[in-house]
Amino acid sequence: MNRVRKTICDFAATAVATLREIFDEAAYTRFLGRAGMASSSEAYAAFRREFEEAKVRRPKCC
Amino acid sequence: MNKTLAILGWGTVALLGTVAVSAVALHRGEPINALWLVVAATCCYALGYRFYSKFIAVKILMLDGLRATPAERLENGRDFLVTNKWVVFGHHFAAIAGPGPLVGPVLAAQFGYLPGTMWVLAGAVFAGCVQDFVILLFSVRRDGKSLTEMAKDEIGRVGGFVAYVAVITILIILLGVAALIVVNALKASPWGTFTIAMTMPIALLMGVYLRRIRPGKVLEVSALGFVLVLAAIWGGQYVSQNAMLARVFTFSAPTLAILIIVYGFAASALPVWLLLAPRDYLSTFVKLGTIVLLGVGMVALHPTLHMPALTRFVDGTGPVFSGKIFPFAFITIACGAISGFHALISSGTTPKLIARETQTRMVGYGAMMAESAVAVMAIIAACVLQPGVYFAINSPAGIVGQAPATAAATISSWGFPVTAADMQALAHAVGEQTLYNRTGGAPAFAVGMAHIFSHSLGGETLMALWYHFAIMFEALFILTILDAGTRVARFMVQDALGHVYKPLGRTSWYPSILATSGLIVAAWGYFLWQGVKDPLGGINSLWPLFGISNQLLATVALCVATTIIIKMHRAKYAAVTLVPLAWLVAVTFTASWHKMFDPNPRVGFLAQAQALAAGPVPMSSATARLIFNNRLDAAVTGTLVVMVTLVLVESGRQWMGVLSGAKEARVKESPFVRTRLVEEQG
Repeated sequence: MNRVRKTICDFAATAVATLREIFDEAAYTRFLGRAGMASSSEAYAAFRREFEEAKVRRPKCC
Repeated sequence: MNKTLAILGWGTVALLGTVAVSAVALHRGEPINALWLVVAATCCYALGYRFYSKFIAVKILMLDGLRATPAERLENGRDFLVTNKWVVFGHHFAAIAGPGPLVGPVLAAQFGYLPGTMWVLAGAVFAGCVQDFVILLFSVRRDGKSLTEMAKDEIGRVGGFVAYVAVITILIILLGVAALIVVNALKASPWGTFTIAMTMPIALLMGVYLRRIRPGKVLEVSALGFVLVLAAIWGGQYVSQNAMLARVFTFSAPTLAILIIVYGFAASALPVWLLLAPRDYLSTFVKLGTIVLLGVGMVALHPTLHMPALTRFVDGTGPVFSGKIFPFAFITIACGAISGFHALISSGTTPKLIARETQTRMVGYGAMMAESAVAVMAIIAACVLQPGVYFAINSPAGIVGQAPATAAATISSWGFPVTAADMQALAHAVGEQTLYNRTGGAPAFAVGMAHIFSHSLGGETLMALWYHFAIMFEALFILTILDAGTRVARFMVQDALGHVYKPLGRTSWYPSILATSGLIVAAWGYFLWQGVKDPLGGINSLWPLFGISNQLLATVALCVATTIIIKMHRAKYAAVTLVPLAWLVAVTFTASWHKMFDPNPRVGFLAQAQALAAGPVPMSSATARLIFNNRLDAAVTGTLVVMVTLVLVESGRQWMGVLSGAKEARVKESPFVRTRLVEEQG
């Protein structure tokens, strides 16, 4: 039973991690860590500025 | 014991797959259940992944779990980052799954469900998945280099140049045709137009929420945005029922085209990230949710397919687009089977996130299988419709006539009975004024999806909501592709122009931004306008052109892959990429020939120009423009074919040189560095 619960928890954790990565939340957390900042309006604006150029260059398929 | 069980298990999958594929291929005369397609697809993907991709991984690519990837060696916390393999899978799938696998299969359904299904399954397993997998691995071994850079390194400067031009051309045609699909879905549809218009203030609200209230909580705000979009869909019915509001949100195709062109320019040239970034996230959220919902719905509801296996239009006389089953079925469906565009993503962001070489198999081969499954869903959505309804929605007025009674009579005369009353009732059920001449695939897919879900969730009363949900879903992520694609193309043009005049290459220099944005928007806007004004609906000309250019890019990608495989001394296995390459060359070159020189004016661009030129004198300006457009389309096709021929010749010279020993077989990989990562599952 514990194994099943652990598998479910692992699956949920991976799914959330995937969504956080796709939606750039994880990138924002990494940015905060790297810049030594706490989450705030200014920090998010700085993150957007830094990531904007890299993000808009990513191709998306048809 | 385990081995015996494995043999028994895989033997059962193979047997089940054979039965299902045989049922799909051989069943004639009466409707079949969609579950046959689902089972056939699942078994083909399982066998392809377990055996074929493993063979490629072990015998040809020799994946090495001990070799450090660029994500590890060059980690910088931004582009290069060691990432969990499932996260990379999700990222890669979100990037490759656009509207292509939904639209192409719907259009190709005019041949029946069989050709599209077979091409999607065989094309994905033996070509598309292979291309994505090998290009991803080769990029990983070259510090995440792009396809254009690899083509330059391995084939020569011609390869790099052609890949660059092909990418720009595909982007422009893709953006033009994608915008046309939105125009055709929203014209004379106040409900649909209102819903899409509402996504703009919703995105602005999301932007403010993200910036001011809960910085960085994208998942949370996307969920909120999703609820608001659902409310906008719900509210759309009241707009369509109110005479004054309905008038405000009802636009003709040319007006919508102008609005979309202005939107595209603003999205590329103005600093509107407050609007664009949240809409991009919302689009991804809706896309992933809808695909999962559709998959579950199709398995749970297993609808019946009413479209025959093969229709009379395999002879090339189809109303949706003209041309015989070979080669046109194979260029109409690109993204669900093989898409050159994927090679850009496999050599873009994804290789910089892969933690271990062994994971390229799951991400490259596996994500393409998932996209192929989306294409199977699109085939099912189109084929659950009565064929007469399908053709009434997808046939242009130039073929079936403008009046409902005339269109219904023409379609019925083809052997697909439909009445004007049936179409009126259907239009009423989905909350539209009319469903005739809605070319482009999106409305047919939306009606199919609404048809499937209305049989279980909410019944007929919710059919209009499901239809507009599907339209919103397609339009939302097509608009996302429009603004993202315009900006990607702008950066590519700026990079190139920077070599001519340095300030033009600066992405923050406003004159350059305005000039290059204007250039790109004018280019795809031209194709959009051409499609809107085309009496044959535009899709007839533009979708094949897009398919040809996309598959020609896949040809370049497979040339790069084959060249590297031969240089790796794995020539005896080169057929793995050489056979799909040969098939694509046959398909694209034949299709290009037909589109340029076929004597039938509905197929050949030049024949159509000639037929128009032979019309009454004096010629109207509209006719003169149509003639010019047809000649331009022929010239674009011809230029692409010539350039890809150059890549093929250059690649052939490389192969002959290496195989004859005249040339040293040296691949330009990054040097081997042993991984420092702890052992983890590959």
